[in-house]
Parts: sequence; C-alpha cells; structure tokens
Amino acid sequence: MQLQSFVSLREPWATASAAVASSADGAFINVSRRSFLEALGLAGAFVLATPGALRAAETWPTGGETMPHGLVIDPKVFVAISPDGTVTITAHRSEMGTGVRTSLPMVLADEMGADWSRVKIIQAPGDEPTYGNQDTDGSRSMRHHIQSMRLMGAAVRMMLERAAAERWGVPVAQVEARVHEVVEKDGTRRAGYGELAKAAMDLPVPAIKDILLKPESAFRYIGKGNVPLYDMKAIITGKAIYGTDVRLPGMLYAVAVRPPVYGGKVKSFDARDAKAVPGVVAVIEIPGTPEPAAFMPMGGVAVVATNTWAALQGREKLKIEWEDGPNATYDSDVYRKTMSTIAAQEGKVVRNQGDVEKALQSAAKVIAAEYYQPHMAHATMEVPNATAVVKDGRCECWAPAQSPYAVRKDLAKFLGLDIRDVTVNVTLLGGGFGRKSKGDFAIEAAYLSKVMGGVPVQMMWTREDDIRNSYYHTTSVERIEAGIDTNGKVIAWRHRSVAPTILSTFAPAEYQFAIELGMGLVDNPFDIPNIRCENGPIKNHVRIGWFRSVSNIPRAFAVQCFVAELAHALGRDHKEFLLELIGPPRRLDPTAMGIIGELWNYGDPYEVFPIDTGRLRAVVELACEKAGWGRAMPPRSGLGLAVHRSFLTYVASVAEVVVEKDGTVRIPRIDTAVDCGFPVNPERIAAQFEGAAVMGMTLCFHSAVTFKNGRAEQSNFHDYEMVRMTNFPREVRVHIVPHRYTTPSAGVGEPGVPPIAPAIANAIFAATGKRIRELPIDTQLLREA
Amino acid sequence: MAISFNVNGRPVSLEAPPEMPVLWALRDLLNLTGTKYGCGIGACGACTIHLDGKAVLACVVRLEEVAGRAVTTIEGLDPDGNHPVQRAWAQLGVPQCGYCQPGQIMRAAALLAEKKNPTDAEIDQAMAGNICRCGCYQRIHAAIRLAATGV
Ligand code: FES
Ligand code: FES
Repeated sequence: MQLQSFVSLREPWATASAAVASSADGAFINVSRRSFLEALGLAGAFVLATPGALRAAETWPTGGETMPHGLVIDPKVFVAISPDGTVTITAHRSEMGTGVRTSLPMVLADEMGADWSRVKIIQAPGDEPTYGNQDTDGSRSMRHHIQSMRLMGAAVRMMLERAAAERWGVPVAQVEARVHEVVEKDGTRRAGYGELAKAAMDLPVPAIKDILLKPESAFRYIGKGNVPLYDMKAIITGKAIYGTDVRLPGMLYAVAVRPPVYGGKVKSFDARDAKAVPGVVAVIEIPGTPEPAAFMPMGGVAVVATNTWAALQGREKLKIEWEDGPNATYDSDVYRKTMSTIAAQEGKVVRNQGDVEKALQSAAKVIAAEYYQPHMAHATMEVPNATAVVKDGRCECWAPAQSPYAVRKDLAKFLGLDIRDVTVNVTLLGGGFGRKSKGDFAIEAAYLSKVMGGVPVQMMWTREDDIRNSYYHTTSVERIEAGIDTNGKVIAWRHRSVAPTILSTFAPAEYQFAIELGMGLVDNPFDIPNIRCENGPIKNHVRIGWFRSVSNIPRAFAVQCFVAELAHALGRDHKEFLLELIGPPRRLDPTAMGIIGELWNYGDPYEVFPIDTGRLRAVVELACEKAGWGRAMPPRSGLGLAVHRSFLTYVASVAEVVVEKDGTVRIPRIDTAVDCGFPVNPERIAAQFEGAAVMGMTLCFHSAVTFKNGRAEQSNFHDYEMVRMTNFPREVRVHIVPHRYTTPSAGVGEPGVPPIAPAIANAIFAATGKRIRELPIDTQLLREA
Repeated sequence: MAISFNVNGRPVSLEAPPEMPVLWALRDLLNLTGTKYGCGIGACGACTIHLDGKAVLACVVRLEEVAGRAVTTIEGLDPDGNHPVQRAWAQLGVPQCGYCQPGQIMRAAALLAEKKNPTDAEIDQAMAGNICRCGCYQRIHAAIRLAATGV
C-alpha cells in the first residue's frame, strides 16, 4: 500500500537528535532504550515550558523499546496530509477485534488536532524496519504505543503551527492549532491543515525532547470512548475485507488434508478420484516439517480448484496413507493421569520463599486440591487462511496475520527468497486469539502458488482443520497445598504446575519457561510467609501455542478456586479471606518473593508496572460493591468471586449464577472491575471485557479438545461448542477504575478472561455446594438430586 | 445447465453443480464475500442470507434449491447501512472483529421482518444459531431491541 496521492512524507528526520539513531538504510528511526530514556529527560533535568502542557520528558519506558525492531517514532512514516485536508494515518498493528486499528490512530489524531471525520486509516504491510514491532499479541499494542502515537501527533501539530507562523511571518507563540486548522491567536488569520500540509511536512521534525504534548484537559478523543470503530460501516454492510475475502484475478482455491497426528507424514496418496472432480486443477503434496515445527507447515496434501466447493469435493476423494510417528500414542485420559502423578512429586523449584516444607509440617491443618484443564482451540470465527502469489522470484501474500513481519520472515526462509522480495499485506482478522500469530497457513498458500507457476492461490482451512490441527492451548494440572496454623492463618503455600510448554513448539522442552511461569504461578501476590512454586516436566504431543491470556487461564482457575475452598474450610467469607491473603497495599519485591531467575513481567519494566496489591485489593472491593457481595441469594443461586492480575492489568469478577434442576447454569450477571491504568478507549475496553466474559463462560462449560491415538476427537461447533445466545452472561457490567494519563495504560485484550471461570465455579459452589476442580464443567454433576 | 435466480435484486445465471452450497456460489462465483464461512455444517450462522425474505444458512442450501427464487445477502440489505438493524448495530458499537456480524445482522433483520417486537426469549431463540466468538451477544441482543423499539 502506497501513499501515492499524498504529499510525500517519507523523508528521514531532518533534525539530528542525540536520541535517535538512523538505521543502516536511513529510512527509519529506531530508538534504542537507553537513548530513549535520555531523550525523555529521565537521565537529566528538564523544565516545563508551557503550563499544563507535558514535555515528552514526562513519559515512561515500556517494553516496546526492547521488542524486535522496537518503536518507530517518525511522523513522516505514520502520517500524511493531503492538500484537501485528509489526514492519513497508518495502522501498523493488526485488527482482530480489539479496536486497535481505530484506537492507536485516534490517539495520534487527537494529539495532532485532527478532526476524526477527516481521518483515513491505511494498514501497514509487514515491515518492522519501517514501522517498528508489529506483533499484535500480549495485550501490548496500546501500552507500548500510546506514547509514540502521542509524540508523533504532537510533532505534526507543532510542524503545522510552525508552517503557519512562517507563512504569516509571526512568531510561533502567536499561533495555535485548533481542530484541523491553525489560527492566529488574535483571530486575524486561519489556515486549514490541508493548506499547510506541504510546508509543514517539509519542516524538520522536532526532536523528541522538544515535543510538547497536549494537556490532558484538551483531550477530545483520548480517554473519551467517543470514536466509533473505523471499519464499522464496512463491517455492517458486508464490505469489510478479511483474509478469506481477498479475490485476485485468476485466483484458485485450495484446501488440504494435514497429518491427523502431530509429526505424522504422508506415506502415500492416490489423487486420481480427486482430480476427476470438475473444477479441481491440481493435487499437490505440501512438504511437512519435522517436530518441533514452529510456524512451518505440518505438511499434507492440498487440492487446488477453481472454487472452494470443488476443492472440498476433491478433498473428500483423496486417499491418503499416513505414517503417524511417535505421537500416535497421545491419549488425553492417560496424559491427565501422568500429569497428576508428576504433580504429586517434587518438581523443579521456580520460586522459593521461606521454608514451605517446615511450615507444612508445623501446620495444624493441610488442605490440598488439584485442578485440571484440557486443551482448547482458538476457533476464530474466520478460519486460518491466506492468499499468495509467488512468481519471478517474488512473493506477495495477503493474510489475516497478527505478526505480519514474522510471516514475512518465515515466507522468505521457506521460499529461499530475500526478505525484500516478500510482501505481506494485512487484512482484517476475523478473530485472532493467538492462532493467527503463526503463519503456517500463509506458507502453505505460497508453496502452492509457487508449484502452480505463480497462479494466485488462496489456502483456506476448514473448521475441522482448525480444531484438529491447532496450536493448542496447553493442558494442565495445577496442584496446590496450603498449611494453616492454629489461628486459621495460611502459613504455607505450595503450587505445582505440570503442563506441556509453548517452548516445545520451537525446541524440545519439557519445562515451562519464564513467560508461562510468570502468568499466575511465581507472581502469586499473596502475603504468605512460605511460598514455593514448582514445575514438573512433561513432553508435548501436539503443537502448543498461545491462546488469549495463555497460562493465566489454568492458574487463575486453580488459585482462585482454591482460595474459595480454603475460605469455606475455615468458615470465612470468601472476599474477606481473599483480601487477607492479598495483604496490605504494597508493591511486591520479586527478589524477596524468592522467584528463581527473572520475573516475567509481560516484557515490561517492573519499576513502571510493579505488582501493586493496593490496586489488586481495590478491584476486589469494586467488583464486590457493584455486585452486591453478601446479598441473600435464592436457593440454587450464588455469587462467586475471582481476581487476577495479568498483562499488567488488575481484574476482579463477581459472577451470579442460577443452577437449574437439570444442571444448566445460567448467568444473570457478571460484574467485572478493571484497573488497566489510564483507560484510553473506555468504550472498546468495555467491549473487550464483555467479550472476555463470554469466552470465559465458553471455556468454563464447553471447551475441550481431547486426543485418542494422537488424533483430536472434536472437529466442529457440534462437538466443540460455544456459548450462544440461548445461554450467555445476560448482563456483563464493566467497571473501569479511572486514572489520569500518567498512570501507564496496561493490557485489555486478554486479562478479562482468567477470572471468569473461577468466578463461575465459585458461584456454582455457593449455589449447590458442589466443588468444581475441572474444566469444562460437567453440568450433569450439578443436577438436583 | 445454468441455474437462474435473483441476488440483491439482480438476475444471475450460473453454470455450476446443482449441489454446490449457495455459500460458495456467492463467495467464489459472484464475488459477494460479505456472506461468511464459519463451519460449513449449519452450526454457526456466519453464512446467514435471506431466501425469499426468510433467513437460511447458505452453507447448507444447495444452488438448485434457490433456482427461480430471490436471495438477499448482506450487501443487498442496505448498501448504505441504513437498515434499522444496521443502524442499531452502529449505534451500540456491536462488532468486535466483525466477522460474524453479517450473519447476525441478516438473522436479526429476518426476525424483525417477521415479528415487529419480539420478546427476549424470541430474540434468544432466533439468534441461537449464530455464534460470535468475540462474545458480542449482550450488545447484539440490545441492538435488536433498539432496532425493534427505538430504545
Ligand atoms: S458456515 Fe453456515 S452455519 Fe456455519
Ligand atoms: S464480532 Fe468477532 S466473531 Fe462476532
């Protein structure tokens, strides 16, 4: 996508700043973390120029600077103004339903004084050297980019002001930007952004240290929730283009059969009948990748046809013999028992605070419980798919990719091309949830196009393919033991986690790595003197990937259900007991917590985003207050509570359930309290947490992909069900803790999911006295006796 | 033999196998990609269209079944997005990723065409076949109510 019709803005920054270091090719500015800090004045003193206005110096470091290709803070890369005043802003993160394609440009537009109705958004292709990191995952788009968006918007505003001042021959102090125009303060002259565009964009971009941000009181869009989704009209009229909607002249449609067992291979196949189906053009074997396959294709046999139906019919007629390989023994029932056995033994110690063994021995009472979660598949409404053209030594691909630059790199590697000869265009994503961070489907499309001599090919996974060959959410056993003293105080906490690791998708690995351990295991915030966390080894038998909120799901489920069990055993109110466990408001010190190795803090600096138990307590209080915690409930109804910090955001949910005679669980209401720092787009934040409640309810009652003989037993929505409108959380009330801009914004895409299942499970206990220790919940067990 | 029918007010004639689901005919042969694939087995509603004004699932309706009849897709509901259901969707900010929404909107529009002011239970029942993985049900429900009653 080119900005052809716009004033060309692709020039390097004219001002040399100590803070910026040009890349080798000079086309982008990449700010290293150290120089960024210096530029922000954190390394020295600074003075505020305008009362109320923020110097860029009042910003803070984030993990954005240390991501691959870091942050690019160059308005000439992200903003273009055409002579008619249209402001074009590049969205470099992928839109999968969070609203980020609207929200980041909205921040920039507000800061530059643009009128939203005159803003046009274009989507960046996968090009991190130009745009900086594009991995749209980890709930980090806003927290990593809000500052760069503001800096770029402010820089453009200042350039427009300077252009106007120069045109009128007055000092810059005598002009100011209003909405989409610059005016002389005495009111004599005014000029629209379009008129000023050329002159403004020819000016040097101010150095970061000289950029003045708007005062918060002048925000028009930031923090307001008044900007609708940019793609709203396209979505509701059916014109929005997702990956599956790409249509190219002469394009062919492909589907494939992949090994039913991870690591399996095609032994032989017979394509005769498939080729006889009218419309089938070719049957092509896709080479597989030995385990661990990372994001490379699993291999299999593809049918390429003039339309999807013909391809599907051809696929039906394929006869394939497989060589399954060692994972053919994978059996979910057996595996669960194995995980349990391992969890009963000492594992690798990953956190050791105090002396748990001694404390457990001295305890008046020891309570233990084990929690289980099976694999899940993301089941994005839009199945994995991609379209590619590979010819004349070049590859162009269109994909619903969360990490388009990673896809581009993998395509280059697989095809043996120079990365400069590979283009990855990003469409809208019909859901991502982590599945579309992996580009295996794009490589399949490219391979087929290459074999077909450069014909455009769209590879579409069917829903069956999606469920049977996913990058599954891990399955886990979490075993927790607590020692209680004679005063009813918890003095010891031992948590053992056994789960195949995401690492195993990239290299042989049986232990979880820091990212997984940091998601609700070693970062446990409880004020208990003796805490030990252990991780037992287990080998994977499927591709393990990340699924919205990742290991936080089983961890929050186990820890938050166990706390409710303890409260009940001790005859305490759950909320009071939970607050006691969290302890007084304080910032935790990871060293004092006995965490072995470094705490994974979602890739962000701990000084900026510490674990703050005051904020954790506050969301518990807020959710309980809004839900009316403690109110009398009718028979077979109950309230359940859970709290969890993930992606640097604090979330508590109270679920209200009614358990019907036949065991059906209805959820009249969920109150979710969210502290995500400064809420940039509260309306979309609410949407994320409403959606998370539904996804949480789905995984609570429906989601299990189980394996027999290495093969997934589920395949489509008839046996891998979703929450539907016949039984959904009727009213999800999202209560957002207000903060000023200076409380750094944190994640919102994922952290709503983890507290939902334990809140529901705890509510079911309150309603029925039945303890839930396993997901998904078997509602047959909840039938009235 | 060509199969003739009407799509969004225009006559079309397709040389295609009579058993081809209408979904693929619309998407691959007519370039009407607003109708989505989600499951192919009638279990998700992403492919909902109107056949002679009634909501049907395009992935399980065969081309021969629509011969001589009128099909409306999301592209034909109101291209400017001014159908009351579309307006309610925009007003309440229903979509997240948006992928399921053409199907949801077509289903809701068919419901309201049949029943001016459905009860909550009738809305639930009518929408039960439409999955939204992003979990927009609360707003979908509210938007149908808004489209029906203006509040
Ligand atoms: S695609 Fe037709 S119901 Fe799912
Ligand atoms: S909005 Fe994403 S599936 Fe419904």
